[in-house]
This record gives sequence, structure tokens and C-alpha cells, in this order.
Amino acid sequence: MAIDILMPALSPTMTEGKLAKWLVKEGDRVSSGTVLAEIETDKATMELEAADEGRIGKLLVAAGTEAVPVNQPIATLLAEGEKASDAPAVAKAAPAAAAKAPAAAAPPPPKAAESAGEAQYSTWKTQTVREALRDAMAEEMRRDPNVFLMGEEVGQYQGAYKISQGLLDEFGAKRVVDTPITEHGFAGLGVGAAFGGLRPIVEFMTFNFAMQAVDHIINSAAKTLYMSGGQMGCPIVFRGPNGAAARVGAQHSQCYASWYAHIPGLKVVAPWSAADAKGLMKAAIRDPNPVIFLENEILYGQSFPVPDAADFVLPIGQAKIERPGKDVTIVAFSIMVSKALKAAEKLAQEGIDAEVINLRTIRPMDTATILTSLQKTNRLVTCEEGWATSGIGSEIAAVVMEQGFDYLDAPVARVSGKDVPMPYAANLETMALPQVQDIIDAAKAVCYR
Amino acid sequence: MATKKAPAKSGAGNAPTTAELIKFYKDMLLIRRFEERAGQLYGMGLIGGFCHLYIGQEAVVVGLQACARPGDSVVTSYRDHGHMLACGMEANGVMAELTGRATGYSKGKGGSMHMFSREKGFYGGHGIVGAQVPIGTGLAFAHKYKNDGGIAMAYMGDGAFNQGQVYESLNMASLWDLPVLYVIENNKYGMGTSVERSSASTDLASRGQPYNVKSMTVDGMDVVAVREAGLEATDYIRAGKGPVLMEAQTYRYRGHSMSDPAKYRTKEELQKMRAEHDPIDNLRHTLLNMKALDDEGFKAIDKDVKDVVMASAEFAQKSPEPDPAELWTDIVVAA
Repeated sequence: MAIDILMPALSPTMTEGKLAKWLVKEGDRVSSGTVLAEIETDKATMELEAADEGRIGKLLVAAGTEAVPVNQPIATLLAEGEKASDAPAVAKAAPAAAAKAPAAAAPPPPKAAESAGEAQYSTWKTQTVREALRDAMAEEMRRDPNVFLMGEEVGQYQGAYKISQGLLDEFGAKRVVDTPITEHGFAGLGVGAAFGGLRPIVEFMTFNFAMQAVDHIINSAAKTLYMSGGQMGCPIVFRGPNGAAARVGAQHSQCYASWYAHIPGLKVVAPWSAADAKGLMKAAIRDPNPVIFLENEILYGQSFPVPDAADFVLPIGQAKIERPGKDVTIVAFSIMVSKALKAAEKLAQEGIDAEVINLRTIRPMDTATILTSLQKTNRLVTCEEGWATSGIGSEIAAVVMEQGFDYLDAPVARVSGKDVPMPYAANLETMALPQVQDIIDAAKAVCYR
Repeated sequence: MATKKAPAKSGAGNAPTTAELIKFYKDMLLIRRFEERAGQLYGMGLIGGFCHLYIGQEAVVVGLQACARPGDSVVTSYRDHGHMLACGMEANGVMAELTGRATGYSKGKGGSMHMFSREKGFYGGHGIVGAQVPIGTGLAFAHKYKNDGGIAMAYMGDGAFNQGQVYESLNMASLWDLPVLYVIENNKYGMGTSVERSSASTDLASRGQPYNVKSMTVDGMDVVAVREAGLEATDYIRAGKGPVLMEAQTYRYRGHSMSDPAKYRTKEELQKMRAEHDPIDNLRHTLLNMKALDDEGFKAIDKDVKDVVMASAEFAQKSPEPDPAELWTDIVVAA
């Protein structure tokens, strides 16, 4: 059977081109790789090579013809013994360009949390966030020999912020790995180790340094499961302090919650209390997906009650109501929960009963708990240290507008960091960060008080 | 690092058997014919987006994968079709993925640059230049951690070899004696920029020395030479001595991708490589001189290869596009 040689598409967007020149004539023998013609696209002149062997039958399109549509037969190729007259050219349809079916609807939003997770425990102890994080990692490393910790100063130095205190002694240098200062490299190495069957915990000394590694977090860790049709899971935890500490300037003070929350394929967790830190870290290590675990340096030394139980794990994706109230909902995460609770106390003195939601997980966000609270209070304030533009508060406001518009008695108010790089001077830094008074003012404003 | 006993494989210094040479010929021819067909399907609009063909470089991956053992890991860049075939992945599944069909290795959701097979130890298929190098280092880290005797092979181009993360990887792999073979497939051009225009020193393999990484250079157009170097490298790595950096000097006949007319090099340069250094032609002459195969033998191989490639093109075109519900699957694993 004679084969049609078709006008080729030579770029992702080409629909037609000029057949500039034939480099073979009728009757010529060709084999795979023989250059047949020169084709001009809008960008370049390309060579068309034969993909089959045979003899050129007819040249159907003359050299110099402009605007030859892609997939139009331009010549015929004859097998042994065939004559040119045997080969009527028949244009073939391009099946890949078939009409697209409508996209399936997005999955339904999650249901409201049934329990916040730790209420069932009766025995509690007091721990710092630092100790809770270390205990969570140690417990999971005892439980699963494939869990290991790597990062700068995690071993012999015992952690730049002493989160990994004692882990090297217990688990040895094989499982508590001091890395060179090489975030891009060790983040990618961690992803490869996860593909290879391990469960890495990668510590960034701060998430500010993870910008060096963000390509591996997003392109390698988050997207590969999808790009592989579900074959290549990447169970890895990227953890470290996020947001402002105190007086460390613009390059060490950024909140990355909204950056990572933007990415399908990632889970993003931001604990506030030591119980959050313990329960969510254990969940993050056990999770089969890449988890971004955003800690806060100022919280590391603060103490909270933590369930004294080996099986204490908190579910990722569930918020917690830290303080019930009926007049206004304040949504916060990480250190902003402390400020929201302080604001709620002061608001109570003025007769405003605020409900404070600790998000705990940024992605997937527990929007059901927010919407349920909004049904009760009809007023909403969001709090974050990061900038407002394209921030977590913006996302919550959009969800509330789409799914809770009729419950709103006032526009949503966003409390956030000021839209400036973090200044160093003490007074300016305080002004740049969202304070308790900002939350109080916002709550009053949405209550029209 | 302990090494497990693997099926007998000739170590460095042993010449390949005639049967091995014939297999190399067939494997290289399969890659070439597959890529030519992929180029044709691209021209017909059946393959979309970017499509980077491996034509000309076949000896590199075929020679090195001859040194691989079951349980080893392979990772490469976006010019990956040849690596997948050399790792034993099915032509049908690769071609179906190229055409965006449900029967492709990634269910049609990855495309030319993103295919994987845990079963065959192939870990992609990565589209960010150089990103596969730390990932391959991590695969090696996992082999050493699990003490499973496996090694990782991380392929990159001469263009990727200027990425900072490559040196971060060389440093860590050497520091921790990781079992990894870094392969630079130096095809002379990173997209349209020649090595001379991109690299302060064109002796790429020499860049392993500052990291105490054993380094070697090999003629990447000669599959026998590549295999020989590969065995030397993998023997070293399997003995627990740490990583090896290998520069394979090769050449791609086609442009960087389908839309690249390759005006940055002369036709004479290309013709000279094809005429004098073609890895498939040269091995064919060797086999003829050895009288290992006659014309009938070559014809039979040609036909077998053509049948596999034609069947893959037909399989791909007859396979359905992914179900619309696939849009929402494989985003996260259910915890």
C-alpha cells in the first residue's frame, strides 16, 4: 500500500506552512531519515525526513506553495513494486483534535470536622512546641525505620533551633543527616529518596531558605504523582520555622503559607500549640504525600498541654475551634492564634463574643468549619502574618463569598502584615506585623461597633 | 556498602559476546525507529507540545543500561524516550503516552517529558533542566540507606551540567559515598548554545575532580566503548567506593525539539557525524565483518523492530483519550 507523506506540524502551534523546496524527485529511493523537503514555518525553516523506506511516487504539492495545511498529503511513498498511479492520496483526519468532553465537576468540599482530635485524651502533660516536635519525630523514627531527618545542623549541633535535640544520639548519623548548606540539592535529594522508598523529613533552617529549593518542592515533589498517573508518590515532610521571628530583617521574616497553599499536590500544615505540633507532625510523617510543615520560631519555647499518649495523632485538614463565640468569627493560624485569642479576651470585655478558629491546616483547608461558624456569627475576620495580596485571608474571603454569601452581615475583614518588606527597626517591625489591636479593630468594624 | 550477588554479568575488561552485540544493535535500532515514528506522529498532530528526540545518541543509553542490574534506578531529563525503551518499558505504553492516551505510562497525564515505571526502575522523565540530578542522588541515598545493593544512574545533558544543583549533588554524593553514576550526555549543544559558548572549560568530566569524584570520558557514539566504560564505573560504584562522573561525547541529529531547525550548526558537521560516527551503522559493519549476521539476519531484525514500532503507533492511535474523570485523580494519595 502506498503511504501518504503529510504536511507536518513542526511546532506546538503550527497549523500551516510553506513547502519551500523538494530535496527528492519522483522515483527517488528513500529510507528512514532521508531528508525529503524543506518546510518553512512562521519561525524557521525545517527539514522533513522520511519515516519509512520506499520510492517517491508523486509530489502532490509544488515547491514554493504557501499556506499548505498541516496533515495535507504532499507526496506519496511507494513500496516495492507499486506504481505511482496506484496511490490516490486520501487526507487523514487528526483524531487528537477531537472535541473535548466537558471537564468533570470538582470534588465536593470537605464536611465539617467531627472532632478536633485531642478531646478524647484524659492524661495530659505540659510541653514546649520544641519538645513536642522532637518527640513527634522521635516516635515516628522509632515506629518506621525508613523515616530519617536531614538538614543543616540537625545532627551534631542538635538543630539550629534545638528541635532535633538528642536525635543524633538515639538514631545515629545514618538517620540524622547533617547536610552542607545546599538547600536546592538536599531538597531534591530528599525527593529522590522518597521516590526510592524512604520517608524523609527535610528541615530548612527557615522557610526563607527554602526558596532556593522551591523548584524541587513544587515541580518534583508536588506534581510527580499526577504526571506519573498515580505511580510515583512522594512521602516527604519539609519543615522549619516560617514567618517573622524578631528583628531579623526582610530576608528572614516572610510567611510562605500562601505560596505553598497555591499548589495542588501539596499539603500545608501550620501548627500553633504544642499539641498541634505533636499531633500534626506525626500525621505529616505518616502522610503519603509531600507536606509543608510551617513552624514558628517564637512559639518554639512556649508551653501548652499535650495529650500524654503514644497514639496521639491529629488529622490533617481539620481546623479547631479554640474559643467558641457567637458575635464574630476570627480565623487564624500559627502565632496569629495567640493574638486572636488575646483579642477575643479584650473584645469580651467590650461585650463582643468572638469565636476563634485555629486553622491548623492551610491546604486542604477546613472551609466547612469556617462556614459553619459564619452561619452562627455572620461576621468574619481573617488573620495572617503574611501579606494580604493573594494571601490566605483573600482565599478565605473568596470561599466565604462563593459558599456563604447569604450568611454575611458585613464584608470580610483581613488582618495581615503590612505590604512592605520587613523592616529591622523595632518600632517599624511592630508596625509591619499584625497586632492584637488590629484584630480588635477589625472585629469591631465588622460588628459595626 | 554491601553488594548483593547478582546474575553473572561480565565485569570490566570482558568483551561483549556476539549475542550481546546483536542485542545492542537491535536495542539501538528500536530507539531510532521509534523516534522517527514519534517525529512523524508529531508532524501529524498526534503528539503535542514539546517532543525531544534521541536520534544519534542511542549508543549512550544502550551501552550503559547493559551494565545495569535488576533493582538499579534510572532517572533522566526530558529527552527520555530512549532511556525508557532501554530500561525495558514497552513501546506501546510510551507511544500511547506521547499521544496523550489513557493507555500511556502516565495515563496520558504526563506526556513526552514525564513517564515513569517503578517496575523497571525508571524514575522519569523530568522537565526542569538539571532537577533529575539531585533526584538521582536521592535514589542512590535510598539504595545505600536500605543496603539493597542497587545503584542509581542519573543522566543529564551538557546544558544541565552548568546548573548549580549538579555540583551540590556531586558534593553530597562524594561526601557520603553514594552509589550513583552521573552521565553527561554531551551532544555538543544545550538547545542552541554550543558547549564552547556555555562552558568556561569544555573538559566537562574534569569538573568531578574538585569533588573527589572519579571521572571518565568515553566515545558516546561507540556502544562497545560505552559498555566497557560503564562496567568500569559500575564495578567501582558497586564496590562502595562512591560516585562516578562519566562524560559520553555524543551527537543529536535532530534539533533540540521538533520546532528547532538547528541553524546553529552546519550541515557538514551533521553529515560528517552521520557518515563517520553513526553508532548503528558502525555496529552493523562490525557485525558484518565478524560474520555474526548476514543481510538476511539484518533484514529480520529490521522487520522485528519495525513491527514493534508500527504496532506501538497503531496501539497509540487506537487507544482512547483519558476519561474526563482522570482530571481529578492522582493529585494526592488518600492518607
